[in-house]
Amino acid sequence: MNTHTAPTMSSATIGAAGEMLAGRPKITAKNVNVYYGEKQALFDVSVNIPEKSVTSFIGPSGCGKSTFLRCFNRMNDTIPTCRVTGDIEIDNADIYERGLDVVQLRARVGMVFQKPNPFPKSIYDNIAYGPRIHGLARSKTDLDQIVESSLKKAGLFEEVKDRLHESGTGLSGGQQQRLCIARAIAVGPEVILMDEPCSALDPIATARIEELIDHLKENFTIIIVTHSMQQAARVSQRTAFFHLGVLVEEGVTQMIFTNPRDRRTQDYITGRFG
Amino acid sequence: MSITSTLTDGRVAGRAADSEFVRRLKRRRTNETVFICLGLAATSIGLIALAALMIDLAASGYPRLTADFFTNFPSRRAGQAGILSAWVGSLLVISVTAFIGVPLGVAAGIYLEEYAPKNIWTNIIEINVSNLAGVPSIVFGLLALGLFVYGFGTGRSIFTAGLTLALLILPIIIVATREAIRAVPWSLREAAYGVGATKWQVTQDHVLPAAVPGVLTGVIIGISRALGETAPLVTIGALSFIAFLPPSPVSADFPFISFAWLFEGFTVLPIQAFNWVSRPGDDFQSNAAAAGLVLMAITLVLNGVAIYFRYRLRKKLQW
Ligand SMILES: Nc1ncnc2c1ncn2[C@@H]1O[C@H](COP(=O)(O)OP(=O)(O)OP(=O)(O)O)[C@@H](O)[C@H]1O
Ligand SMILES: [Mg+2]
Repeated sequence: MNTHTAPTMSSATIGAAGEMLAGRPKITAKNVNVYYGEKQALFDVSVNIPEKSVTSFIGPSGCGKSTFLRCFNRMNDTIPTCRVTGDIEIDNADIYERGLDVVQLRARVGMVFQKPNPFPKSIYDNIAYGPRIHGLARSKTDLDQIVESSLKKAGLFEEVKDRLHESGTGLSGGQQQRLCIARAIAVGPEVILMDEPCSALDPIATARIEELIDHLKENFTIIIVTHSMQQAARVSQRTAFFHLGVLVEEGVTQMIFTNPRDRRTQDYITGRFG
Repeated sequence: MSITSTLTDGRVAGRAADSEFVRRLKRRRTNETVFICLGLAATSIGLIALAALMIDLAASGYPRLTADFFTNFPSRRAGQAGILSAWVGSLLVISVTAFIGVPLGVAAGIYLEEYAPKNIWTNIIEINVSNLAGVPSIVFGLLALGLFVYGFGTGRSIFTAGLTLALLILPIIIVATREAIRAVPWSLREAAYGVGATKWQVTQDHVLPAAVPGVLTGVIIGISRALGETAPLVTIGALSFIAFLPPSPVSADFPFISFAWLFEGFTVLPIQAFNWVSRPGDDFQSNAAAAGLVLMAITLVLNGVAIYFRYRLRKKLQW
């Protein structure tokens, strides 16, 4: 399925694509079903997510994008009624295996939420929290280092370097979202899940985040849920289209948008429903 | 003039011509005024009653508030009687109550809200806890008399009294803790889970700090209630005339701390006041009023401290 990844990519991304061993899958999901109580939200979803690239999930509201995304860091475990079946592997290791520590998984698979949700603590503590609980810093200088580099990677350092000890909730919406990205990065994850990270942001803040995502894919495997097809087209290498809990079509972003195989995909991207 | 103003003018003109709209608008305004008046009346009735009470107490009790009043033991002669044993007793009992009731209540609240599975049993427990908050305090006194005094043999002591009042305020604190925890936004927990916090870390580092102000409100209500309780303490056998202090909790000799005071007899301010009220003669009535004033002052001070902490914590939260 991934063999035709590289040739169809735009010239800017060919370099990165070449490095990813022709789309070596970071995550593979097989026959994933998700239920909320009696109600089934996802039906037999199977997909490969290539390493160090951006994959976007699109589809009409309520089709199960967030539900699927939250399977990858087992965030669905926090919802008592939610049940997941099927196989999801990261680096060929089953993440739903008995005895697997979700804490460790979530340190490897970071998440950025739709609504910016910084902790009601200082900017510094927002970022330092993850490294602290995981014991990633051996000293105060170590921690300072992690905070600074995470903020830099999230493109926020210059704006906040003079007020690291002021509240994270005092930042603008776009800054808060970058703070949340920095917070996710600080733990040193391999995968970053983003659930509509720009839906609460204005176009300028959105552009900054998109730029950032483009930059981050050099080091991280990124999955982004988005309602904006322009955004999917701009930032992602691969796109998956969901409809009513079913993965309708998945492939190279350009192909999905210019030459979709399925009628439902076509209707959606041309704005006939959704 | 711009298009907008024309539009607005047109709309306003249209509305003004609509007599039905104008009539309704008048009625809406009248309703509002009526409600404001009612609310004001309700508030002032409460405030006036409180003020009258305070003034009455102060008028009768204030002249008795001398230094001697605080340092004298009760006496047969009203002029020499004081509240030393009563205020010391109140403070000691309330310390025991807070020391036992608050951690237990908060822990139970956390468990019920965050950890307990949501099923029929926890529902039953929830309903029972809420009901307990409304059980008459004398019932707690009877329970304590049977269980602590006779069952465990803790005696008619400060310890038993503290324990009894702790039971009494437990449901209040549990309910307040649960409400406070429930008010913490889910997104905050998700944020913490998202970076790999364990459930306890989420609770300890994020949910509890955000819930503390609400918990403190419950503590304030509970402690205030416990301070004024008389019935359960009379039931377990509080003394009404006591002319000695319990042994000091700190001493000059090793091990410096002593818990002997826990098992001494005691009285508390409301019991002392009640005792004086039931005596003939204006002098004792004045003593009762003065004791009432002191009780109110202690309640206010304790609440003030809690409110101050709540304010500080809220500020630190940086929402
Ligand atoms: N906590 C929950 N309990 C019960 N049902 C849920 C829960 N969360 C989601 N669902 C249901 O699962 C289905 C998929 O929801 P999901 O949030 O994954 O959709 P989505 O594609 O992310 O939608 P949107 O674009 O609006 O965010 C929906 O029908 C929704 O009602
Ligand atoms: Mg969603």
